[in-house]
Amino acid sequence: MPEKLFKVNLQEYMLPGQRACQGCGLSLSFRYILKALREDTIYTIPASCLTVLCGLYPTTAVRVPILNCTFPSTAASASGLVAGLRALNREETTVVAIAGDGGTLDIGIQALSGAVERETDFIFVCYDNEGYMNTGTQRSSATPIGATTTTTPLLTKQQHKKDMVRIMAAQDVPYISVSSPSYPLDLYDKFVKAKRIGGSRYMQIAVPCPPGWGYHSKDTVRMGKIAVEAGIVVLCEIEEGKFKFTGRSKVIAERGKRTTVNQYLEKQQRFRRMSTEQKEQFQQWVDTRWEEYREWSQR
Amino acid sequence: MSKAIIMTGNSAAALAAKMCRIQVVAAYPITPQTSITEAISNYVESGELKAEYVRVESEHSALTVCIAASTVGARAFTSTSSHGLLYMHEQVHWAAGSRLPIVMCCVNRGVGAPWSIFNDQQDSVSQRDTGWIQLYCRDNQEIIDTVIQAYKIAEAVSVPVMVCYDGFVLSHTMMPVVVPMQEQVDAFLPPLKTSGHLDTANPRNINPVVFPWRRADSQGVMRDGYMEIRYKLHSALNDARGVITQVNGEYARVFGRDHGGLLWDYNANAAEILIVAMGSIASESMPAIDSLRAQGINVGLIGVRAFRPFPKLEVREKLAGAKAIIVLEKAISYGHDGALACELKAALYGSAVRVPFHSYVAGLGGRDVNAKEIEAAITDSLKQIAEGNLEPPTHWLNCRTE
Ligand SMILES: Cc1ncc(C[n+]2csc(CCOP(=O)(O)OP(=O)(O)O)c2C)c(N)n1
Ligand code: SF4
Repeated sequence: MPEKLFKVNLQEYMLPGQRACQGCGLSLSFRYILKALREDTIYTIPASCLTVLCGLYPTTAVRVPILNCTFPSTAASASGLVAGLRALNREETTVVAIAGDGGTLDIGIQALSGAVERETDFIFVCYDNEGYMNTGTQRSSATPIGATTTTTPLLTKQQHKKDMVRIMAAQDVPYISVSSPSYPLDLYDKFVKAKRIGGSRYMQIAVPCPPGWGYHSKDTVRMGKIAVEAGIVVLCEIEEGKFKFTGRSKVIAERGKRTTVNQYLEKQQRFRRMSTEQKEQFQQWVDTRWEEYREWSQR
Repeated sequence: MSKAIIMTGNSAAALAAKMCRIQVVAAYPITPQTSITEAISNYVESGELKAEYVRVESEHSALTVCIAASTVGARAFTSTSSHGLLYMHEQVHWAAGSRLPIVMCCVNRGVGAPWSIFNDQQDSVSQRDTGWIQLYCRDNQEIIDTVIQAYKIAEAVSVPVMVCYDGFVLSHTMMPVVVPMQEQVDAFLPPLKTSGHLDTANPRNINPVVFPWRRADSQGVMRDGYMEIRYKLHSALNDARGVITQVNGEYARVFGRDHGGLLWDYNANAAEILIVAMGSIASESMPAIDSLRAQGINVGLIGVRAFRPFPKLEVREKLAGAKAIIVLEKAISYGHDGALACELKAALYGSAVRVPFHSYVAGLGGRDVNAKEIEAAITDSLKQIAEGNLEPPTHWLNCRTE
């Protein structure tokens, strides 16, 4: 591990004064993404917490070129950057779209599905904080069952989370990965690798969010780890359809031992109204998906 | 030598876009615009045009692609109609707010519900306040010439231009069109200088959240608040009046065709009765005017080419000698008057022109409006004016209203 740590780009692209909340899982991830992708990368970002993180005009907290775009249009905006750069013979520049789960799984899914179907040469990053956080924690299709949000305030969310990884896999996206800021080197390596390969790349990051999930900001890294230990978040890569556990999830898969979801649920205020039945359903959903991924990894 | 070729309005638009050496195209099929995108696909696949063609999954994405490509400095083109334009509405604002020189053809079509694939101008007129320049064409020759002018205008003022023309009436009707020579177009419209807004060597955060008030940057320099940015867009559109006129003049000198900058007219000098119209309904009014003049009625026509920026002073000047004004148009501002009629009345407020004003909404959803009907409407209005009906509510021409 320590040798690997020395490989990390020492250059900082995120400056002090970024505007995310204390303990934001997105800000941890973004810092490593920028380091891994280095120079000659252009980003496009829709309305989201990331817009705010990057700073308000005329100051900015990041030292990379960014094109802000409308909420539904992220992947199309990336397509336009790719087309424009090609037309100007600037193809070596990497184009990266980064959206929240709402901007990816919900309002942005049409543009994303179109862009990857066209085999657009870009990286799409979905940072998944499991809700519309920028507008104050409303339900999204990535919100897990049993969570309270401001639009599921009393009865909690009734449905399971949408599995975007499998949707992207169904579209034969050549490189897909899931990472977590609690394992920054795993995250960093995936982005270094993604920059090197061409075609559409879909990279999801599970980002804990203290105000949205209801836990103390000092516990972000721990929350990410508990999620991985329980198999709620599965660190993985899918290359050309081939599934591979990575990092800590690989170790867990090899050992065949996951923790239950209980600790994860207990530590977050958003699950305080979750029924026993929902807890069982959630555990079952995690187990089933884990099994499916495991079988997939053996194919 | 330039030569005349018989072609549809859509072919004229596609050919013009090609001659402008567009670098990025993104479009989505919708009647009656589709054949533009098909023609451009052909140009690109056959190698006649070197451009990136992004076959997007929606109009929202089509304009998004143009926005992003234009931001890195590529000359971008799209076209749409009706629901396609409405579906991109968010991006229509975003493009203008981003001050990008995109050109889009809007092949005018009615909007639902209920469905209509046929022509009126409700689609583009309802995008009036998005910050785009809107130019309306009366025939296929004007389409080819206006698309070429549109890039010159857009790139001069950093405002996107919508070139509007009537679906089917022009888009699918064959007319002789004099095709400009490529070398002349190249000289008239040099390559777009890369604006370099998104430069990896000089990183910037484009279109972030902006405060209502002005704010100091890290060097202590005061920068615009949201409202200053809006004011600059507004001023750019105001300045575009002069640019549209100037570009039209330059075009006329080089190519020998003058379509009028902001306005054009037909028999309008010293005419007592002035008809005002936009697009093909204006050209359809020309034979009506000939016929009325043959009957000794002193009538002329003003064609509005630029709906935005609206040629307020120019309109006042043209209408200064009028004894009566009659507006014909293919769009309605529901609960008020026809959209063009509203603009004209507002432009005349405070001027010396205080004359009878009749307005007609006609041809919605493709209902035919021919010269005979226009002539009858004008005759009827003149009769009503003589009887003292000076400013009635908008008439619905050829429409059962009981
Ligand atoms: C068309 C449109 N609808 C709604 C919004 C309001 N809006 C801005 S950000 C946002 C939520 C973003 O959620 P997500 O993509 O999950 O990112 P997060 O805020 O959680 O980082 C919403 C609903 C918008 N900007 N545009
Ligand atoms: S709301 Fe959550 S995701 Fe958004 S900035 Fe705060 S901690 Fe980060």
